Amino acid sequence: MFRFILRRLLESIPVLWAVATLTFIMLKLAPGGPFDAERQVTPEVLAQLEAQYGLDKPLLVQYGRQLWNLMRGDLGVSYKFPNRTVNEVIADTFPVSLELGIYAISIALVVGVIMGLIASLRPNSWSDYVPSAMAMTGICLPTFVLGPLLILLFVIKLGWFPLSGWTSLPSAKVLPAITLGLYFAAYVSRLTRGGMREILTQDYIRTARAKGASEVRVVLKHALRGGILPVVSFLGPAVAGLIAGSFVIETIFTIPGLGRFFVTSALNRDYTMVLGLVVFFASLIVFFNLVVDILQIWLNPKLKFE
Amino acid sequence: MDSAPANPSNPPAPDTEWLRAEKGESPWRDAWHRLRKNHLAVAGGIVILLMALACFAGPWFLTYSYQEQNLELRESPPSAEHWMGTDKLGRDLLARVLSGGRVSLQVGLVATLVALTIGVLYGTVSGFLGGKTDALMMRIVDILYALPFVVFVILLMVFFGRNLVLLFLAIGAVEWLTMARIVRGQVLSLRKQEFIEACLALGLPLRRILLKHMVPNVLGPVIVYTTLTIPQVMLLEAFLSFLGLGVQPPHSSWGSLIKDGAEMMEEAPWLLIYPGTLFAVTLFSLNFLGDGLRDALDPRTSKD
Amino acid sequence: MALLEVSNLQTHFHTRNGVVRAVDGISFAVEKGETLGIVGESGSGKSVTCYSMLGLVPKPPARVSGQAHFDGTDLLHCPPSVLRGIRGKRISIIFQDPMTSLNPYLRIEDQLMEPLRIHEKMDKASARRRAVEALDQVGVPDARNRVRSYPHEFSGGMRQRVMIAMALITGPELLIADEPTTALDVTVQAQIMELIRDLQRQLGMAVILITHDLGVVAGFCERVMVMYAGRIAESAPVDEIFHQPCHPYNLALQQSIPALHHKGEELFTIPGVPPDPGRPIPGCPFAPRCSHVIDACRTTRPGLEPITPRHHSACLRVQQGDLALKPSAHA
Repeated sequence: MFRFILRRLLESIPVLWAVATLTFIMLKLAPGGPFDAERQVTPEVLAQLEAQYGLDKPLLVQYGRQLWNLMRGDLGVSYKFPNRTVNEVIADTFPVSLELGIYAISIALVVGVIMGLIASLRPNSWSDYVPSAMAMTGICLPTFVLGPLLILLFVIKLGWFPLSGWTSLPSAKVLPAITLGLYFAAYVSRLTRGGMREILTQDYIRTARAKGASEVRVVLKHALRGGILPVVSFLGPAVAGLIAGSFVIETIFTIPGLGRFFVTSALNRDYTMVLGLVVFFASLIVFFNLVVDILQIWLNPKLKFE
Repeated sequence: MDSAPANPSNPPAPDTEWLRAEKGESPWRDAWHRLRKNHLAVAGGIVILLMALACFAGPWFLTYSYQEQNLELRESPPSAEHWMGTDKLGRDLLARVLSGGRVSLQVGLVATLVALTIGVLYGTVSGFLGGKTDALMMRIVDILYALPFVVFVILLMVFFGRNLVLLFLAIGAVEWLTMARIVRGQVLSLRKQEFIEACLALGLPLRRILLKHMVPNVLGPVIVYTTLTIPQVMLLEAFLSFLGLGVQPPHSSWGSLIKDGAEMMEEAPWLLIYPGTLFAVTLFSLNFLGDGLRDALDPRTSKD
Repeated sequence: MALLEVSNLQTHFHTRNGVVRAVDGISFAVEKGETLGIVGESGSGKSVTCYSMLGLVPKPPARVSGQAHFDGTDLLHCPPSVLRGIRGKRISIIFQDPMTSLNPYLRIEDQLMEPLRIHEKMDKASARRRAVEALDQVGVPDARNRVRSYPHEFSGGMRQRVMIAMALITGPELLIADEPTTALDVTVQAQIMELIRDLQRQLGMAVILITHDLGVVAGFCERVMVMYAGRIAESAPVDEIFHQPCHPYNLALQQSIPALHHKGEELFTIPGVPPDPGRPIPGCPFAPRCSHVIDACRTTRPGLEPITPRHHSACLRVQQGDLALKPSAHA
């Protein structure tokens, strides 16, 4: 297994390199520079700033230095906030996003698997239609529609939850986690139902029944193991989706997380920040995909570490 | 009285009733019948057609255009004059919703076409070539799947301006991966199928094999996933618009309307509810239709 | 009293296109320790008969009626928990395809232990020991270690042995073997049948062998029941089935065996195809293909009547004494 992990880590280096390079190219090709928004920048000050940030050097040199810094884990310094390094920003905001993400994925898995399971047991009956309809609603109601609607209902009209921020109050965390979580729960639910239906029609389920197993045992011990596999594969892209989702959720609920920071940095053209964050996101995704792959191999005896 | 056993080499003429063969049904006819029986899918299809009709032809029948401002009437709730009320600049919401719908649907179609083209080409080549090339091409897809594409799209839109064409391309570039996988899977399994070998054994020319035998079999899943990709694309576009990166004013898409509506949620909830509902309904319809197509075209997954 | 007594078992599937009469009025009995063979083509209803008895047919599309008395309990009309208690403990079943009938995600050990854990509430350690013993008994080498493997690590023949071990681990009184060798290589087939026979002798259990292969039946069964279109065509002791056929279908089946023809001779096939189970059949289901058919056969539904006390036939003409069939010259 260690060789597998090692191989995957090695494989991920070119991926991260490609991401960094692509981003770098985009940044350099983009019209306008990081200091355009500052009205008070005179040509002399501009030249000084550029020299300070090494922007006057030839592109290849800039590229090389950027890569070198990235490899050392130094993600750079912000243009907009000269006192803050990207690493500091990440340290400040990532834990918030991580917490939100963990809550969301937990909700997604618990709610989704249960609903999908119920739906799969008696196909084309009410116990199937209701969860499936709810899942469909979840897919078609994007987070940026659901979020404001929930705010409208629970914060403004009912006053159950505070509006913004991510204070230490647990109640502040409920709505954002639910909004993000339910969206993914919908996908998990459909995948679970599909996976379970596929398994429940297999011969070995009939064998289990022939052995006198109760329905509960048949479903939980025999069917679930295989039925849950599509959900596990989905976890990889789900992490990428959660990152994207965090942009929206953190904006709507004004949560000081990494996602919102990324969006504002991009809009402010804070280039080093953007580059550093993109590489960070890519690393996160690569890492989580590795974890998911290991999980899949562990759960499915037909797969091996090759 | 018959005591001799029937002579095995001279059997009696069999009853010919059974010979009157059942009228054969081609898989397409069969699929069409199954689709028709799926009420949800049919409803979805009808709703989509109506929605498209409303969005593309509707604005000609309206009294107000989507940019006409009437500052006196701004933020007014739905009335006889303005069926969906007005927004903060006094613009008729109904008109804006319909024209926004047109933009959203256009993006959906075009971007999906982009994804479709790239995906089908990539998948066919990979599946047909097989072997190491296929393995490599699929590995690339696996890796790309893992990348935060959305991040790149955001960057693209931020840095290179809010260009509609760029929007199409960028969104299409995100969604082609699934299509490539599906197509490659189909091509791969088709290549191995015995009937293809039979064709080859019969000496049929390659072009005939491709056109008459492979394409119709690949077409099914392609149609299904195209229908399912359109709502994904529309979601992505709405997402970008919500971040301010999609369509620019005075044009609107459902995404930007939702964003504006969310801002005015407290004072004028209809600004959020109408576009949000229509958007969701469209997505519903497309998804139901796509699901229905998938069930109809895959004979194995007949609803138990 | 017989171990198993089935009366007028009917299994009808209510589909969109009509009612499919998979089993259309079957009555038979199995004595303790007896070996009964059920023979028929695909679609004759032979497997569905046994699945229906055990409640393994999905009930929404299917409707099962009739009676199936097993040692006093009517399997078709008892509470589900009672039926579950009998399934896997007193009546076991092994299926045709060992590849798909074992759970790929669970170890062999777990699957072997399961009947013991369910029915005898055995603790894990003892169950594990019994599992190894069972695997050993069916001839799997190195049972102690291999018991921890997964199904895909076994060959087809080995997997079938595992299924047999799993079915017999609770010492059932009746074993239903549904085409146990059809999916296996010819060389393995004989081994598996021998294994089943040995275990049957050891446990003194009754066996119902479902197959389309007359050769297997000849070597293994005491009594044979020939099914056609969901009904019994003929039932008799094994030698009488072959040497004194009392139904044209039985005779035709035997004549179809390629091995019985001389090389170069034209092979015999029964003209026509089995009837569509979705359409009700007015008379004898074999009438359209029968070379001894008379008009009455098409209109009157023949019942299963005794020709001699142990030999029953559902052929009108044979019942009326109108027809005497000579066994195949090559039998």
